[in-house]
Amino acid sequence: MKIPLSRIAHARSGDKGDTSNIGIIAFDAGHYPILVREVTAERVKHFFDGMVKGSVERYELPNLGALNFLLHEALGGGGTLSLRIDAQGKTLGAALLRMEIEIAEGEVLGRSLHAV
Amino acid sequence: MIRIANGQGFWGDWLEAPVRLVEQGPIDYLALDYLAEITMSILQKQKETDPHLGYARDFPPLIARIQRRLIERDVKVIANAGGVNPVACAREVRRLAPSLKVAVVLGDDVFGRLDEFLAAGHPMKNMDTGEPLSAIRDRILSANAYIGAFPLAEALAAGADVVIAGRCTDTALSLAPMIHRFGWKPDEWDKLAAGTIAGHIVECGAQCTGGNCQVDWRSIPDMANIGYPIIEADHDGRFSITKHEGTGGRVSVDVIKEQLLYELGDPKNYITPDCVADFTSIQLKDAGPDRVQVSGIRGGRRPEMLKLSIAYSYGWKAIGTLVYSAPQALEKARAADRIVRERLHQLGLKFEEIYTEFFGVNACHGPVAVPNPDPAEVQLRIGVRGQDRPAVDRFTRELIPLVLSGPPTGTGFGDGRPPVREVVAYWPALIPRELIQTSVEVVE
Repeated sequence: MKIPLSRIAHARSGDKGDTSNIGIIAFDAGHYPILVREVTAERVKHFFDGMVKGSVERYELPNLGALNFLLHEALGGGGTLSLRIDAQGKTLGAALLRMEIEIAEGEVLGRSLHAV
Repeated sequence: MIRIANGQGFWGDWLEAPVRLVEQGPIDYLALDYLAEITMSILQKQKETDPHLGYARDFPPLIARIQRRLIERDVKVIANAGGVNPVACAREVRRLAPSLKVAVVLGDDVFGRLDEFLAAGHPMKNMDTGEPLSAIRDRILSANAYIGAFPLAEALAAGADVVIAGRCTDTALSLAPMIHRFGWKPDEWDKLAAGTIAGHIVECGAQCTGGNCQVDWRSIPDMANIGYPIIEADHDGRFSITKHEGTGGRVSVDVIKEQLLYELGDPKNYITPDCVADFTSIQLKDAGPDRVQVSGIRGGRRPEMLKLSIAYSYGWKAIGTLVYSAPQALEKARAADRIVRERLHQLGLKFEEIYTEFFGVNACHGPVAVPNPDPAEVQLRIGVRGQDRPAVDRFTRELIPLVLSGPPTGTGFGDGRPPVREVVAYWPALIPRELIQTSVEVVE
């Protein structure tokens, strides 16, 4: 079954020049393997198709049940060059939480199922 | 155990935060972060106009306001408020708060040394693009090396009540008191990494005490009176994050995780002048109400190169807006966008980029925004950027005429035409650390 990422994870995003970073964090550490399996760099790049011109890198932080994504050439030039209202990518984490992920029946239980 | 509070996440942060931190409970050190990458160039321009300026002007009045409390409670202040003129900043603090001992940390400002570096064979290539600095040499507005925590600790050891630095790392502001009080050595990488990560957690102020937090944000108590963060640091590198009792906000493992990931690159290699911190070693534990314990942190050897923050004049930009109401608000805004672009084209004006957002529809999330095909109102937001100032200036005159000559219900032009703003761009580069010598000076 498909669920939005927001049901099992929260996020924070920011900038480094024209690169946006998005941290995706499992509410329940037990769901970290689902993040690793479902939220790949390729899928994130595809999700932001048309918005992220460069590559997407993914780093793993199993100790925090979290993934860190770097989205290159994602902020219209970044910093002072950007003409975007969200030149710092503050809202991109919230956008990524709308991505749909595939889970098996019964794979997600407990407090993790946050209302969207 | 020492308590280090952060009362300012950036220049422009809540003015009451540092005041409340010294009044509402015990702290030993108050760290204040004023500098963003571009701030230095603005300050450099101010200094060129007036040699007494070039620092964060909010800082001296703040110290004047809290000086009695600082003395009564023996709280020391560490701030990067000095910008490109730390000595002028210190003199103003001394004028307003004569009983405080003020020290400045010098040596980060390399604006006057760039040609010396180039001549010595340091290309200072742009870390993102690989271009050599010579490509923009004549347009440079400011240049500073990021310095670490040891010079700030030296200033504390000199007995300063207020330490004023220029371009030090944000994390150094919190790490310095730990080095000073616990006697940490420059090769105690794990401890330095722990202090650095503590600094990373608090450097954005209330963003680690419930601000900008997505986890049950509606339930976060009393954000109007949000408490700013306090590190309770131990000599062995373990620390807790908390806030004063009775303040708003929330400190929990979820909140701290969000801030740990904020503006993070490669988590195993968080590079500062003091050490390389490994974020994959961090262990977090809820340790009571509004208290998170942090332990297990590992670090590695400091880098041989320091990062330079160079600002240069890039070009010009302007962003203008108009508002359209229902019916067909989005359709009207799209039509207006097409008309503006056609008129710019007819004028033969060239820009590096023309960028349009429909505020209320897709401005934040672009193509992945939740569809909103028939909004009640839309703000058309068009921006242009280029090297040709007259072209950008002409663009600013092309929006308001549409109120009379474009689609119906155009409004929201009350502020007149938008300003043309200079684009100051940022050039990250590296320089061998032995070229940067810092010094501490007590300002009488």
